[in-house]
Amino acid sequence: MNKCISMQDVPRHVKSGMTVMVGGFMGTGGPNEILRFLAESDVSDLTLICNDTAFGDFGIAKMVERKKFKKIIGTHIGLNAETVRQLNDKEIEVELIPQGTFAERIRAGGAGLGGFLTPTGIGTVIEEGKQKIAVNGREYLLELPLRADVALLFGNTVDRRGNIRFHGSTQTFNIVMATAADRVIVEAEKLVDIGGISPDDVHIPHLFVDYIVEGVK
Amino acid sequence: MEKKEYIARRVAKELGDGNVVNLGIGLPTLVAKYVDPAIEVFFQSENGFIGLGGRPEEGNEDPHIVDAGGQPSSILTGGAFFDSAFSFCIIRGGHVDATILGALQVDMEGNLANWIIPGKLTPGMGGAMDLVVGAKRVIVAMEHTVKGKPKILKQCTLPLTAKQQVNLIVTEMGVFEVTPDGIRMIERNPDYSVEEIREATEAPLLIAESAR
Repeated sequence: MNKCISMQDVPRHVKSGMTVMVGGFMGTGGPNEILRFLAESDVSDLTLICNDTAFGDFGIAKMVERKKFKKIIGTHIGLNAETVRQLNDKEIEVELIPQGTFAERIRAGGAGLGGFLTPTGIGTVIEEGKQKIAVNGREYLLELPLRADVALLFGNTVDRRGNIRFHGSTQTFNIVMATAADRVIVEAEKLVDIGGISPDDVHIPHLFVDYIVEGVK
Repeated sequence: MEKKEYIARRVAKELGDGNVVNLGIGLPTLVAKYVDPAIEVFFQSENGFIGLGGRPEEGNEDPHIVDAGGQPSSILTGGAFFDSAFSFCIIRGGHVDATILGALQVDMEGNLANWIIPGKLTPGMGGAMDLVVGAKRVIVAMEHTVKGKPKILKQCTLPLTAKQQVNLIVTEMGVFEVTPDGIRMIERNPDYSVEEIREATEAPLLIAESAR
């Protein structure tokens, strides 16, 4: 079974109107080559699920620049002036979620859970429209799972079967997102043969990964 | 001494040996510089590590290690990386001893507003809502006023980050505890009189003996 595809094959899996999860944090640990490639493609009207839209030359910022998103679901957009402009000019919709809730909603989406209870957001605008449940005298918000059509992820080292190992602060949302999308594409900074990553060091086991794209160095 | 340095130095004294601490962006990041060298404090970065070090020298940056502001950072010997769900298990689960963050407004009930100014500024809350709810101790480090206007209010007017979670406020004027009876000044910077501080504070102030 060959999971390796070329960059040119990626747009076949990312179609206009889809909901797309993107790993990384402020661009670091994101599939920047894939995103820069998609920024130049015809895809449009995507709903993005990503912690943030980074800044500068990071791939996700390029996609924002090219107006690829109709809606952005994330936790922080303040470092990207263009995202803020598109929001203020009502070109896009932005849904801001507390970061822990964001991570856990994706985890729930991938873990077969119907939702979870969190104290985060109680007494703030975040609780609007949500069910409140008291457990042992403490109030919680019921938060629902989050899933996507496709997840675009990054891995520092990826073997040909799809096992992923990270280095540094790149794990971020890549791990939960690998579990919560119908199709998972990972950009490999370094592609190695099967066995090239010790089983002790695998952060994401291969079963979650559908396609591997070798990043351009 | 510059206001920010004064505040950061004072906040650093709140940290104890072995504490796990999360620093917000801006002024709070200065606190790391002033931790007593005789103790060990472990800084957690919500993007996924404990053992946050300083910014590396130019040329020595690792592009895969950044802090929660996306800036080049480093990890200290004995540190560990993890993913975001685990990071917020640490944060929300009560495993962080103190979170130190800035504020737009704080009020006498310990409510905090620091993530949005509707119609003007919508950066997003990032990890702040979880940090403030989950950390054992919430310390606000901020300048006492903004453009001469008080930031310690009777009641926050901006959308809240969290309700009744702030424990301590440190400003250039002094140190303030949030108590069930309201805001209590427990330490005063001798450069300011009690009257000056009252004037710069909208919330009524209780004054501890130690701050008179």
